[in-house]
Amino acid sequence: MEQLKTIGRELAMGSQGGFGQSKEFLDLVKSIGEARSKAEEDRIVLSEIDILKRRLLEPDVPKRKMKEYIIRLVYIEMLGHDASFGYIHAVKMTHDDNLLLKRTGYLAVTLFLNEDHDLIILIVNTIQKDLRSDNYLVVCAALNAICRLINEETIPAVLPQVVDLLNHQKEAVRKKAIMALHRFHRKSPSSVSHLISNFRKRLCDNDPGVMGATLCPLFDLISEDVTSYKDLVSSFVSILKQVTERRLPKSYDYHQMPAPFIQIKLLKIMALLGSGDKSASEIMYMVLGDLFRKCDSSTNIGNAILYECIRCISCIIPNPKLLEAAADAISKFLKSDSHNLKYMGIDGLGRLIKISPDIAEQHQLAVIDCLEDPDDTLKRKTFELLYKMTKSSNVEVIVDRMIDYMISINDNHYKTEIASRCVELAEQFAPSNQWFIQIMNKVFEHAGDLVNIKVAHNLMRLIAEGFGEDDDDADSKLRLSAVESYLQIISEPKLPSLFLQVISWVLGEYGTADGKYSASYISGKLCDVADAYSSDETVKGYAVSALMKIYAFEIASGRKVDVLPECQSLIEELLASHSTDLQQRAYELQALLALDARAVESIIPLDASCEDIEVDKDLSFLNGYIQQAIESGAQPYISERERSGMFETTDYHSQDHHEVPSHALRFEAYELPKPSGPPQASTELVPVPEPSYYSEPHQPVSTSLVSERESTEIKLRLDGVKQKWGRPSYQSTTSASSTPQQAANGTTTHSDGGGGGAGSSSSKPRSSYESKKPEIDPEKQRLAASLFGGSSSSRTDRKSSSGGHKPGKGTASKPATIPKENPIPVQPPPDLLDFGEPTATTVTSTDPFKELEGLLDSSSQDGGSTDVMGLYSDAAPVTTSTSVDSLLSELSDSSKGNARTYQSQASKGPNSKEALEKDALVRQMGVNPTSQNPTLFKDLLG
Amino acid sequence: MIKAVLMMNTQGKPRLAKFYDFLPVEKQQELIRGVFSVLCSRPENVSNFLEINSLFGPDSRLVYKHYATLYVVLVFDGSENELAMLDLIQVLVETLDKCFSNVCELDIVFNYSKMHAVLDEIVFGGQVLETSSAEVMKAVEEISKLEAASNSISLVPKSVSGWRGR
Repeated sequence: MEQLKTIGRELAMGSQGGFGQSKEFLDLVKSIGEARSKAEEDRIVLSEIDILKRRLLEPDVPKRKMKEYIIRLVYIEMLGHDASFGYIHAVKMTHDDNLLLKRTGYLAVTLFLNEDHDLIILIVNTIQKDLRSDNYLVVCAALNAICRLINEETIPAVLPQVVDLLNHQKEAVRKKAIMALHRFHRKSPSSVSHLISNFRKRLCDNDPGVMGATLCPLFDLISEDVTSYKDLVSSFVSILKQVTERRLPKSYDYHQMPAPFIQIKLLKIMALLGSGDKSASEIMYMVLGDLFRKCDSSTNIGNAILYECIRCISCIIPNPKLLEAAADAISKFLKSDSHNLKYMGIDGLGRLIKISPDIAEQHQLAVIDCLEDPDDTLKRKTFELLYKMTKSSNVEVIVDRMIDYMISINDNHYKTEIASRCVELAEQFAPSNQWFIQIMNKVFEHAGDLVNIKVAHNLMRLIAEGFGEDDDDADSKLRLSAVESYLQIISEPKLPSLFLQVISWVLGEYGTADGKYSASYISGKLCDVADAYSSDETVKGYAVSALMKIYAFEIASGRKVDVLPECQSLIEELLASHSTDLQQRAYELQALLALDARAVESIIPLDASCEDIEVDKDLSFLNGYIQQAIESGAQPYISERERSGMFETTDYHSQDHHEVPSHALRFEAYELPKPSGPPQASTELVPVPEPSYYSEPHQPVSTSLVSERESTEIKLRLDGVKQKWGRPSYQSTTSASSTPQQAANGTTTHSDGGGGGAGSSSSKPRSSYESKKPEIDPEKQRLAASLFGGSSSSRTDRKSSSGGHKPGKGTASKPATIPKENPIPVQPPPDLLDFGEPTATTVTSTDPFKELEGLLDSSSQDGGSTDVMGLYSDAAPVTTSTSVDSLLSELSDSSKGNARTYQSQASKGPNSKEALEKDALVRQMGVNPTSQNPTLFKDLLG
Repeated sequence: MIKAVLMMNTQGKPRLAKFYDFLPVEKQQELIRGVFSVLCSRPENVSNFLEINSLFGPDSRLVYKHYATLYVVLVFDGSENELAMLDLIQVLVETLDKCFSNVCELDIVFNYSKMHAVLDEIVFGGQVLETSSAEVMKAVEEISKLEAASNSISLVPKSVSGWRGR
């Protein structure tokens, strides 16, 4: 028994190859593996660093020891500690003649150094020498290092040799030389621009590995410049054809697929070349069709190729047959149980939907399932798809969904993205302003700190401008509803700063406008805000400005203002504020309270935030004063350029004057000094009054100037986006959005005639369909209908567009007299049944429910990872033939059969028998940890 | 282009980390930690794909596969096919399994240089170089053979080189 152990141990070492490391290294790995906390691990690594520092300095370290030290350094750095003290030893090791040491040196160096590191200069020479070596492995190692360590300046030093290597007799070298050249191209395209023809030449290499490698640089080159590679279309197509016909060596088969990775790369290249090119696309039809037919959709890699075909078809100019094949493949993906395939299906749908918008309708329920899937990745992909297919008929449902999801996640990065998408969709397709405000409120409430400040300005502008000039009643309703919603929200804790700014501004402008709320009520609320968010100066500034407006409106309308005690204390607090901006506002408010009604009205007129304000930018009213001053001996004004170096804050002015280039003064000079960050930002974003130098202190208009400037600030920002908001332009957007769909309908024989009589019949088909299929959640159906069919009945003007989504059948233009209950399921629905009906159509024709049921039963088709693992475990017998196993299998022969079955059952997770054997071996060697960390040494593959 | 190949165990300890664009050590650690925290929060039986723009910049995807105690992770950009990347992981692991016969986490820890040799044959400078696991094996075996040959002459006593041979 003792003897057996020793044999086993020796064999284990043999089979493990690198277990020959010293006890020290094994101990290190073991103790790190057992470390229970990061701190403990750090302690171990730090002491290891100390040891290594000492050892490396010892004279005459044996080379083999040195190699181990270098590996230990790499290990340390992988754990996140600085190993730079040993870099130089790694560099030295690359000079060694011994292949093992040289390779170790190169490995360490490529992991340690970046291309601009100082030590690189010591390596370039070695690389040059190694590229000329007779031993091809040395050449390969050098090429490997080149990819990582050569920068733009050092490329010329090695370039000629790399080019020579393109014709090396070993294919491994040719392959790597191509990749090195590709890397050069990525780093500095100009350095290798004269060598690009080499890539074309290597495409004809008789080694498939080299050919496959050449596709990588060609893909990059073609994506940069399609036109000069059009001549290669037929070559790529014929290569792909040969690959699919299994002309490549058997060793390139992967899971019974001939060279799938090469096929995928080829399809990617073809997608680039065929995009927008009818004749190039036509060459590809044949081989693409073949691929669809031949591809084995039961393996992961087969599906990868299918997906790539779909992607290719969505890029080139497809023919209907291919589109159909692609749609079929997508529906297979979507119906699969595997999340991976569903993901690919959703992605493919998103690509194909641009070409044939009606394809999504067949898959509506699958899409909704994906939307409700617990898998976040899939959910996000589905939201991306929905984002692509949003139109005015389904915007409400989609944005609602997005917001629900946005609220539920914590990932700020994605939250920002989805919030901006919500805003974008809402701005583009908003059915009503009220809805828009509601959506904005939600976005601000839950992601307020993440959205762009512009969004807030847009919202304020919308509320200020309303529907347009002709409908004051609607405007004030809109404002009232905004004010009401804000008064509800305002008392909620922890609102985002940006949202509070909007709230304060709106309450200030319109809080009392309707007479529904008293000034003291609103001002009380504003004081609460300023109180509750006392650390946020911007919000406070907004609140004080809003207070000022409210009091101004009160004074102007002749009512007596009684300032609430909390307002009074707020003002007093701000008068002594550290922020000059807040101080200024407080002083202005105080000054305003003392003025009479007429003066106040001219300072802050009621609801005038949209009025254009005449600003005398010449300050001509000061001319007399200046003249007088000059006459009495004052110095005339000297421009900034002449007084360079004197940093004046006058660049604020130049910012404002920018918009009027016709102005006589020279403003360019003012741009030179960059305005300091924060104050600049606040002038940009917030209508902050200018610091006091702006207005002459003795001018009584100072406050008015300031507030007028506020309004201009806002007004200026509103320009250019206006047409999105007025009612007429809103309609034009929708009509624009519906045109592509109609254009797509043009390919079907369906004419868009039935808009008028649509409303009455719209609900019928769905009700019949519901009664037929009671087992499907009606909630889901409604969702599907609203997403895909546009069931919301209120907007007749958009119906025609949503009604256009019928599957293009020849009979689609039948008259509306067909009874609602279709006796034959395949019969297409009448044309006049409008939106809401596409749901029914697809249901009757494809019957997805039945298929869904079928899918539930077919659990045999296992999803991606497990499936592949299953395949893999079939291949496992190869591995059992090693000496260790054969030796030990005699000992445990009886358990062998069990282990086999176990293996095939539980494809994931450790293989118990082999794991135990290995564990036992490892234990003998004294490196196995105690039970604290039992999972560490489990088998990787079951 | 492939941006990174990572292997880490289920406790988040990195076992192999290769980034195809240079990143300082701290950034590498941050990314490894970030990837791990995303991975360990994923439930079972969901897709193997992740969008990971928040860590690796725009248009970054991640494919991972969970083997016993190890995550194998590939990070890449939009020019690669997710399903194919999933199979590339499989190619890598299959090749390692052939190399080490029943590969386990310990093999990966102790055979750092061999791991990299395998990986360098498959992915080269961020591009997929070779996907035939037989070809990779051939190359790697040749390397080990030559390494061993040069080794036994110059460095190590015969008895040691005997079991270093594989």
